[in-house]
Amino acid sequence: MPIRLEKRREPSRSMLYATPAIAVGLTMLTGAVIFTAIGYNGFAAVWEIFVSPLIDPNRWQDLGVKAAPLIIIAVGLSFGFRANVWNIGAEGQYIMGALAGTGVALATWEMSGPWILPLMCVAGMLGGMAWAAVPALLRTRLGVNEILTTLMLTYVAVQVLYYLMNGPWKDPMGFNFPQTRLFNESQLLPTVIPQTLVHLGVPLAGVIAVAAWFVMTRTVFGFQIRTVGRAPAAARHAGFDANRTVWASLMIGGGLAGLAGVFEAAGPFGQMVPQFPVGYGFTAIIVAFLGRLHPLGIVLAGIVLAVTYIGGETAQTRLGLPDAAAGLFQAMTLFFLLATDVLVRYRIRFGADAKGAAA
Amino acid sequence: MTMTAPPRIELDGVTKAFPGVLANDRVSFAVKPGEIHALLGENGAGKSTLVKMIYGIMQPDAGAIRWNGAPVTVATPKAARGMGVGMVFQHFSLFEAMTVLENIALGMDENLGRRALEARIRAVMAEYGLTLDPHRVVTTLSVGERQRIEIVRALLLKPKLLVMDEPTSVLTPQEVALLFRTLRQLAAGGCSILYISHKLHEIKELCDHATILRGGRVVGACTPARESSKSMAELMIGGSLKQIAKVEGRTFGAPKFTVQGLSLPKIGDFGTALSGISFSVRQGEILGIAGVAGNGQNELLLALSGEIPTSDPNAVRIGNASLAAVAIGARRRAGLSAVPEERNGHGAVPDFSLTDNAILTARDRMGLATAGILSTGRARDYAAAVIKGFAVKATGPEALAESLSGGNLQKYIMGREIMQTPEVLVVSQPTWGVDAGAAAAIHQALVDLAARGSAIVVISQDLDELLALSDGLAVINQGRLSPVMRVGEVAIDEIGLLMGGVHGDPKATAKLAHDPHIKDVYDTPSIGAAHAH
Amino acid sequence: MTSVILVSMIMSIVGVSTPILLAALGELVAEKSGVLNLGVEGMMLIGAVSGFAVTYLTGSPWLGVIAAGACATLSALMFGYLTLSLTSNQVATGLALTIFGISLSSLVGESFVGLTVPSFGAVFPAGLSENPTLRLIFGHSPVVYFSLVMTWAVWHFLTNTRGGLILRAVGENDYSAHSIGYSVIAVRYAAVAFGGAMAGIAGSYYSMVLTPMWAEQLTAGRGWIALALVVFSVWRPVRLFFGAYLFGLVMTLELQSKAAGFNFAPPEFMAALPYLATVVVLALISMKKRRAMAAPACLGRPFKPAT
Repeated sequence: MPIRLEKRREPSRSMLYATPAIAVGLTMLTGAVIFTAIGYNGFAAVWEIFVSPLIDPNRWQDLGVKAAPLIIIAVGLSFGFRANVWNIGAEGQYIMGALAGTGVALATWEMSGPWILPLMCVAGMLGGMAWAAVPALLRTRLGVNEILTTLMLTYVAVQVLYYLMNGPWKDPMGFNFPQTRLFNESQLLPTVIPQTLVHLGVPLAGVIAVAAWFVMTRTVFGFQIRTVGRAPAAARHAGFDANRTVWASLMIGGGLAGLAGVFEAAGPFGQMVPQFPVGYGFTAIIVAFLGRLHPLGIVLAGIVLAVTYIGGETAQTRLGLPDAAAGLFQAMTLFFLLATDVLVRYRIRFGADAKGAAA
Repeated sequence: MTMTAPPRIELDGVTKAFPGVLANDRVSFAVKPGEIHALLGENGAGKSTLVKMIYGIMQPDAGAIRWNGAPVTVATPKAARGMGVGMVFQHFSLFEAMTVLENIALGMDENLGRRALEARIRAVMAEYGLTLDPHRVVTTLSVGERQRIEIVRALLLKPKLLVMDEPTSVLTPQEVALLFRTLRQLAAGGCSILYISHKLHEIKELCDHATILRGGRVVGACTPARESSKSMAELMIGGSLKQIAKVEGRTFGAPKFTVQGLSLPKIGDFGTALSGISFSVRQGEILGIAGVAGNGQNELLLALSGEIPTSDPNAVRIGNASLAAVAIGARRRAGLSAVPEERNGHGAVPDFSLTDNAILTARDRMGLATAGILSTGRARDYAAAVIKGFAVKATGPEALAESLSGGNLQKYIMGREIMQTPEVLVVSQPTWGVDAGAAAAIHQALVDLAARGSAIVVISQDLDELLALSDGLAVINQGRLSPVMRVGEVAIDEIGLLMGGVHGDPKATAKLAHDPHIKDVYDTPSIGAAHAH
Repeated sequence: MTSVILVSMIMSIVGVSTPILLAALGELVAEKSGVLNLGVEGMMLIGAVSGFAVTYLTGSPWLGVIAAGACATLSALMFGYLTLSLTSNQVATGLALTIFGISLSSLVGESFVGLTVPSFGAVFPAGLSENPTLRLIFGHSPVVYFSLVMTWAVWHFLTNTRGGLILRAVGENDYSAHSIGYSVIAVRYAAVAFGGAMAGIAGSYYSMVLTPMWAEQLTAGRGWIALALVVFSVWRPVRLFFGAYLFGLVMTLELQSKAAGFNFAPPEFMAALPYLATVVVLALISMKKRRAMAAPACLGRPFKPAT
């Protein structure tokens, strides 16, 4: 039975919101089949990865802590992706932001006061922005594609991290381990719910998403971002400067990635270590798409991806699933989302098409 | 049809539907061998869809196509070429970064060697008196030369039927004359020609028979030579033509919009440089700018609207205020609005709602945003007012721009600018691809805006439109603008010659006007270029 | 003595350059047809792990390299289905393919960590392939010769054949190509599949020839460098060849200087060098005007004709 696509007159709103759910559903189904095929209990694997973290209240704090950096980075990226600025190097900006914050922490390690943490946050945002400024400069001045430059700089950022951990920033009292000294009380993110891991960054992620939603939908700047991405010539006609938009979206993406970096260093880590980068910057790309580049959708998507992280860990311990399993599920989610995206603009028709019927 | 001479091609009840539109509804007509047959219809009448089915790009939903009397299914363009159908598209299907030779090779189904192909190209060009350098890259060619590539490509296949889709929309009157000569030569040799156009005088001059389409249906057939232009036009448009209500003997106010020595370097490989453009438009006046496509019209619009900044600070002024150093947003606030030629993606964002498309250009003058925050309610109200004021067929302010027909979107865009009552309005191709009803409404709106005291510049390739609309007329060629002439005092031939690029040199004009061998113009498209340097 | 060092240096340049050249050649063809596939890194990893696995299981490196090409082609066709048939965004889909390749390869590769596989063996007789000097010409892996042949083949295909003309036409103006009757989608599927096969073979070169063993993400971002190389080459196969070897030369000099004990910079700086250099080279290339002309006009644009 032939399948054919028929263009809708207007994109379907319901499909716009339904497809992320469909994509997650298809991922679970396919995942179960794949893991059964390679000799695991496929159903149990899917259950552990997608469901068990949600129904276990003890894991909710972990979910919040994992989701926060993903949401913050993805919200930043969504500005760029909407404006057709493909910053895929958020991981590097996240590392550089964390390093900048760490730099402040190390410089103030004998001091205390409520000003230190905000200063670290500002430094982190500036660090992420500085790392994103290079691709912004190259794109606006020379027309260098930002996809490759942002990614290349991520590899460089990892080496900067290694260099600082192995040399200048190594904890002098740390038995020669390549890591910094522990942050002091004024440098750590406070927890907001006592007796849990939930730090200040978690509610702030929500605040950032709501603020981004306001900017995106209610301000001329957000309108500019949306216009430049969809119709560059119309944006020019409307008086929006393309280069300024590139700069703005890279600065927002870099700044928020850097802020997420500081939150992570001053929160769960409490110091800086070479194992700091775990790919949040890349997963955030999936989060941004799964959330339909909509700040509030990103909050939901961030929680879904956090579930797969937590679930991946439990599946590893309980079922012996390899740790790459979570990554595979994440990639599949993005694949299925992109595949089902077609449903927003096209209707699927089964059966012979009109030409065949007429013949 | 007699047994002895079946028609070369016959369409019988051909029907094609797209979601929401019936593009062709039971269309039937036949073209005899050696006949030049016109397919006449307004934009949107379904001509292009029909042609695509004849050439195998699309398949009919119902109906039959017969070739020399035998039913055929034209599955692909290759099959069409195999039958002997040659095609010259309205929008050339050329590959700009490639050479003429490569372009022609792509249109051939047999794989000749490069040398053999070049030899055959030269032979065909000699036969029909065409000239073209096979090794030139397409980007370096004029529009007329580009069309010649398509014609040569079609002729190489020794077609039995040549389909020409709006071939003259980009040619000067002189180039048109030469094209017609080639077509007559072909027809005399037995090749049928299906000539698609909405230009009545051309059809009267060239075609043996005409089939008239309206709204996807055949509404009439005639012998153009025996028919008056008016009667064909009424068949085509479906009702009598609405005249533009224009007050005779109008007087104009003070010069409102002055452009003095506007120059712009060439942008990119496809651009045209503007050089020393000067004109002045008074309050209440409409200035028309004619010209063949690609002679700097787009650049002129962008330079006037402010999308491209110009270096000379005094080149563009409203009243006495200089605007040249000012970007598009500030120009708009100062009262200068512009409507670009391309609706989708330039004048409007296709997947934005009409409300958002109102914000696009009306946010400052209509107060749709304050201190950087959008006033969505006011934007919706303004969009609704435009929809109402310009009778735009849309489901409402939340309808997406892309869901509107071309004519309705153009009405919306024009309305969006006009309802801001700009002191100066610059529009490019205001009725391109728009149905007759919408075109009439747009023309009337422009005239009314002028009557309220705005200065208006209309850039168009449609000479008829400009003659009906404007008070003054200038011609743009190779990025230079002719002096402004008064409409009514200027002869069409003269405008035609200016469009061909011989302005500023009275001797050249006189010579060409009296030269019986207009072929020279066709063979030396560099006249304009030589003049420009 | 110096000649021995020189020979080993050149051998090492060839080793570093070959996989990048192969992957970039494949991507060049895909981009010439108008498709931007950012999944090169992912496809290389899929090739690397499948090549290694099949060689380990069958004992035949030839079957391994075929499997590498085939598996990566499959993944490329998946990308093709999304971007060409379902008109999804090429950038996002390419990224998804890379993420997919990284996690799939580490999942599959987990059971192969620490194992070794048989090598190809020499193409030419020992007298040539093991001769201290002649091995410069005769002592390479078959994949190296394959990459050289492919450079010529891609160049010849694109400049001298009708197929190449059609492929370029599709990348230059898809709607025109469609209107004169070429199947844009079919041409692009073929180009994407070729890109996948080449990336897969390139990836297998790491796990089967260069290292030779499996390690997670052993391509270490070389797929991205291959992508950058295509831009550097302004979509010309011969320039691509020189670009790949220039990159190999720089990398080898770095390795050699480290081995020789020149510690003029921290090792982390040297490790970051290829990526930094790529950014610098991209910037330098872009300074030349008219570069935009060389990029296929339809690169990255979805194609969906009315039927």
